Amino acid sequence: MGQADGQDQQGKDLSRGEMTGAKALWATLANHGISTVFGYPGGAIMPVYDALTYYPEVRHVLGRHEQGSIHAAEGWAKATGEIGVCIATSGPGATNLVTGLADAMMDSVPLLAITGNVARHLMGTDAFQEADITGITLPVTKHNYVVRDVEELPQIIAEAIRIARTGRPGPVLVDIPKDVQMAPYAGEIPTPHARPEIPAPSDESIQRALELLKSAKKPVIMAGGGSLDSSTEITALARAWDIPVITTLMGLGAFPASDPLWLGMPGMHGSVAANRAISEADVLLGIGLRFDDRVTGRVNGFAPNAAIIHIELDAAEIGKIIRTHVPVRGDAKVAAAKLTENAVKGVWPEWTAQITEWKGRNETPDHWGAGYAVKAVVDRLTPDDILSSDVGQHQMLCAQLARFEKPRRWLNSGGLGTMGFGFPAAIGAGMAEPDVRSIVIAGDGGFQMTAQELATLKMYDIRNVKICIINNSYLGMVRQWQEMFHGKRYSEVWLGDSNPDFLKLADAYDVPGYRASSIEELPGAIDAWLNDPKSALLEVVVPHEHGVFPMVPAGAALYEMIESDPKRAAQLKEQLADAPMNTASIEEIAEEARNA
Amino acid sequence: MTDPVPYDQLLSILVRDEPRVLTRITALFGRRGYNIKSLSVGNTEHPGVSRMTIVVHGDRGVVEQAIRQLEKLHDVVKIIDHSLEKYVDRELVLVKVAITPESRVEVRQIAEDFRSRIVDVGRHALTFEVTGDEGKLTAFIEQMRPFGILETMRTGRIALTRGSNADIASHIYHEGESEALRPVVEGLEAREERARGVPNLF
Repeated sequence: MGQADGQDQQGKDLSRGEMTGAKALWATLANHGISTVFGYPGGAIMPVYDALTYYPEVRHVLGRHEQGSIHAAEGWAKATGEIGVCIATSGPGATNLVTGLADAMMDSVPLLAITGNVARHLMGTDAFQEADITGITLPVTKHNYVVRDVEELPQIIAEAIRIARTGRPGPVLVDIPKDVQMAPYAGEIPTPHARPEIPAPSDESIQRALELLKSAKKPVIMAGGGSLDSSTEITALARAWDIPVITTLMGLGAFPASDPLWLGMPGMHGSVAANRAISEADVLLGIGLRFDDRVTGRVNGFAPNAAIIHIELDAAEIGKIIRTHVPVRGDAKVAAAKLTENAVKGVWPEWTAQITEWKGRNETPDHWGAGYAVKAVVDRLTPDDILSSDVGQHQMLCAQLARFEKPRRWLNSGGLGTMGFGFPAAIGAGMAEPDVRSIVIAGDGGFQMTAQELATLKMYDIRNVKICIINNSYLGMVRQWQEMFHGKRYSEVWLGDSNPDFLKLADAYDVPGYRASSIEELPGAIDAWLNDPKSALLEVVVPHEHGVFPMVPAGAALYEMIESDPKRAAQLKEQLADAPMNTASIEEIAEEARNA
Repeated sequence: MTDPVPYDQLLSILVRDEPRVLTRITALFGRRGYNIKSLSVGNTEHPGVSRMTIVVHGDRGVVEQAIRQLEKLHDVVKIIDHSLEKYVDRELVLVKVAITPESRVEVRQIAEDFRSRIVDVGRHALTFEVTGDEGKLTAFIEQMRPFGILETMRTGRIALTRGSNADIASHIYHEGESEALRPVVEGLEAREERARGVPNLF
């Protein structure tokens, strides 16, 4: 042993030169098993990027914009359940992370963001590229730090990682002044903290939940994003009791879609069965969810007949929006397992029959439009494929039409609704799982918000990301609202005349492109797109004006939902019969259209 | 369910003395729309721990929600909800009252009745220090108002749970043992120690 093989007597690695704050950062990340970070360099983070050259065990993925990098880190985290890491410089680099941090906060994504800042003696002087990023991100992070002493740096990183992934996960930001990055560091490199056990729910709460479930005649389970890690237990629970399961936008995949007990997604664009079941249920078992306003509709009309059991780790979510009759605070895994142990197979034939009838009302898109295109694409997914979506009509169509068999195969920006999320998230997920297809469905509007990340595909020769753009030349969801609630006054939603040629855009980055504009062209184009050995882009040109239904208008209760597209119903009706349209209510039209 | 009537409720919050901890707390109240009526902060007997008393104006549901949101902040060590145990609270106010040769004696007499101390004497004004609960301070200010109040400053209410709670069956106030005779906080362990052990339940 000696310095010849790069080690001294203490086993310290000398090949990396003198230890500094920046090197300690990388060593700590490596010690925590972090293999990939996403980022973008700049002036105040240069010592960290210099030190990176000494740590080849960590792969750095260069994006083209910090927002792209942080969404990629989110995609990584959402697909794997492990922490995503993102690095940016001070000032504008750091402020470009804010959207991603807010997104991760809303969707409880474990994320570590590291930013450089100006040297300590310049902080507070409005120095070049200085921004008070800890002040700015205070409301959108789980916690944040400014490292004022290099001796604290590795411990703070270890602590930040622990906070980000413990309990209800979330983003943590660590701001490191440039002189702290450069300062020599003599201390230890911390090893990962043991993950504290998630507290089990109290026996009393489980007992009360059991009693309530046993008394139920029309029970329903509603599983959210907090239930993804207890998918197996929840599936067993539902099957043991024979209780139908609704999965929220964030919870899709927590229960296999192929199971006849699955009712789909609730809320504003939820399925008929899910929304009707919530409105009729006498016991609603909520697991790992926060009763978002897009899920509940008008709060006093939400589950009006139900006693509510809420299994949730974050105490602040219990009773925040919806009055909870039996709060069960703790690990959903344990709670679901305990409720399964004492299961009583349900006997509610009328409830089952009613639900079957509701499920029959779900419509399959049968004519050319965004829904048809999305259905054609998601039908080609295997259970292992990861589907990301951007935000808007196509997101709701994906959530309605895709069938997820397992958790963490569906990535979308649920809470914050961040346009531009989908594509970089798909890159992050694709890099986390290179053997799996990472498919993103985006709109023509949202894709352009982070389209620059096509360069990332090229730079790292990523081959498993498949981009599908549903191009209706509109900001479709806003247009739908303007059509329905603003007297068709279309204000600043038309993109058609200025959209790029998406195929040329892809080609500029050496990404192959395919296009389909009709039912006839679509299957062939999808084949060519999916079979392309490289990452590829498929543009599906669909009719401009197409609404997403079912829909619960803002401020309405779930049972006041519009079940099917009134325009489409009217069209069908015209084809069918002669009665004057305006005498029939939307419901009647829809009813008639269904029977036709 | 919870009482929907808004009223003043006292919380004591023990926090790590880290940068921005006050901002974290006030920003949380601000962005969630909770109403702070008064707030006072000071050091405690433990180095590295500060204590604040916040008077929140809201119904019970709002205050419970505020407590749960506060519990999620990493720098919050402990929250004492004073509605669960008996407590003593005090507030200090400085009041500068205008005087004339005619009113001087009467003003001093009222102050004496309130056991208030004179902390500054001038030809045209007297400054009093009054300590007590909210009712007493309000009464004092109302008594002085006719003479002309030049300025006042209140510290905001501060509170401690009563040690004498130990004599009273604690289940009268809440389930579980009385916290009153136990040190509220054992001091802070070193950063690495606390990072290892404390379950951070967001």
